[in-house]
Amino acid sequence: MAMVGSNVRRSRWLSLYLPLTFFMVFLMFPFYWMLIVSLKPNTDLLNMDLNPFLLYSITLDHYSYLFTDTAFMRYTLNTFVVTVGSTLLALSASIFIGYALGRFRFRGGTLMGALIFLCYLVPPTLLFIPLSQIVADFGLYNTYWSLIFTYPTFLIPFASWLLMGYFRTIAIDLEHAALVDGATRLQAMRHIVLPLAMPGILSAGIFCFTLGWNEFLYALVFMSSGDMKTVPVGVVTDLIRADVYFWGSLMAAGILGSVPVAVAYSFFVDNYISGMTAGATKG
Amino acid sequence: MSTLQETRPSERLIVPDVQEGFWTRFQRRESSLAWLFLAPGLLILILFIAYPFAYGIYISLTDAFVGFAERNFIWLENYRRLLDDPIFQKTVRNTFVYGVGTVPFKLALGLGLALVLNQTFRFSRLYRAFLLLPWIVPTAISSLAFLMLFNGVMSPISWVLEDWGIVSGSINFLGDPINAIVSLCVANIWRGVPFFGISILAGLQAVPDDLNEAAALDGANAWQRFMAVTWPVIRNITLIATLFSIIWTFADFQLVYVLTKGGPANSTHIFGTYSYQTLGYTDIGTAAAISLYMFPMLAVLAVILLRYVRRDD
Repeated sequence: MAMVGSNVRRSRWLSLYLPLTFFMVFLMFPFYWMLIVSLKPNTDLLNMDLNPFLLYSITLDHYSYLFTDTAFMRYTLNTFVVTVGSTLLALSASIFIGYALGRFRFRGGTLMGALIFLCYLVPPTLLFIPLSQIVADFGLYNTYWSLIFTYPTFLIPFASWLLMGYFRTIAIDLEHAALVDGATRLQAMRHIVLPLAMPGILSAGIFCFTLGWNEFLYALVFMSSGDMKTVPVGVVTDLIRADVYFWGSLMAAGILGSVPVAVAYSFFVDNYISGMTAGATKG
Repeated sequence: MSTLQETRPSERLIVPDVQEGFWTRFQRRESSLAWLFLAPGLLILILFIAYPFAYGIYISLTDAFVGFAERNFIWLENYRRLLDDPIFQKTVRNTFVYGVGTVPFKLALGLGLALVLNQTFRFSRLYRAFLLLPWIVPTAISSLAFLMLFNGVMSPISWVLEDWGIVSGSINFLGDPINAIVSLCVANIWRGVPFFGISILAGLQAVPDDLNEAAALDGANAWQRFMAVTWPVIRNITLIATLFSIIWTFADFQLVYVLTKGGPANSTHIFGTYSYQTLGYTDIGTAAAISLYMFPMLAVLAVILLRYVRRDD
């Protein structure tokens, strides 16, 4: 028995603890590095005799520098406006699309579902050139609207497919009962289906939020003049300087810029995982 | 898509009401209501995907420059000229290297990650939450960590290797063409592993435990059990995740833009960064053509992906 026990323990080391440690080190190290550099005084950072992986003293200077000497707060505000705006727009359009594709049987429905899925596969790098002209033609250049209208091009396909799948999991009998009782489609949808679909709508919203927060190319091309930059664009274009004293504040900006998405997703990790795979398989 | 057929049209269940108005009748007709529901979203997709796509093709066929009203139609001249452009040739090669040098590693490591996370152990949910972070955090921001890890002066990787006596002096990660593309691949693999991990993990949760146990009792070893029991279940989702990853890698931008901007000496461009750089020279016709060179490959991948997604549905 003792032999079996030690074999089991050894195989558990090989199949679990060893690879888990590898993945934790490989995948978490850049975050660890960002965190310690953001807290390290410049004198320690540039002292080559110290072990760079350790913290010898802690300072919050890099963080306060971000708030007092850079437009970081403004970038955060910009990103919030754009992300929340595009999420609300995309979500309201997607609820209707998801409902129509999930519930109605109509000519062209399958084709529309496929076309909307294909839109999700259109990468920003394919269309940013003509879009920059169109955004300018519409007079949206360097306004929040430039991103609030263009982000839904990848948010709507994603959210629609997610919600389509979700609506199909809700028993149709409930709706039929309401329809037989004389409710209209819209009433049945509002009072019966939407409340039941709330978890799905919420996770679609969280996805849209993280996708919008993370977008880079459209923000770089359509909204990067003056103080209209988003956090990813502003941090990359403004905080990298020619001297060696910017690393601390750059890493601090990296930590702070990741916090909103990390928090949004930590509340919904399980939703996120099931939703992401629904997204991965369905759009 | 097959579930669409199971959804019975509701009108059969409803007793017609003589007193109803137009709006109520309209809502009865599923197809009209369906198109009404699709309309707002479709309008956005048409305005900001279909229209720019067509407009992009038009621009790519002209000699347009930003800021100049005059433009001439030059047919495929931009596309033809790019074929002779050494930077564009390198761009095509880099994109290929970038895909081949990352996707197989992301797949293998992601599969490993999924097999690890599929076991029951203490705090497994917490680990799962943490290990997904590289994929959640904005790429532009996590790339900044790599910018420092690959910096000539500040790199802790150089520090360790020097300390161990493996190298003398700092490693020039991003300043040397070969090192630069390897560094880009490493950062890309780092970002992509969690996506594969989580997708495959979801597939693994559908693997029936008793089947695995039965196979084990019959004397199948771990590899045989994996091939006979696990792989058939996760095959489809693995293929789908791989196709997604190929598309995203192929059409990437942020990582390369932050780490090398296509440099040194234009040696690490991929389609997105080279197109962006060309836009910076206001040569918008050529820039559009560079982007659109991605289209045939993307279209092929998309059609394959659509078929797998439908089968999965």
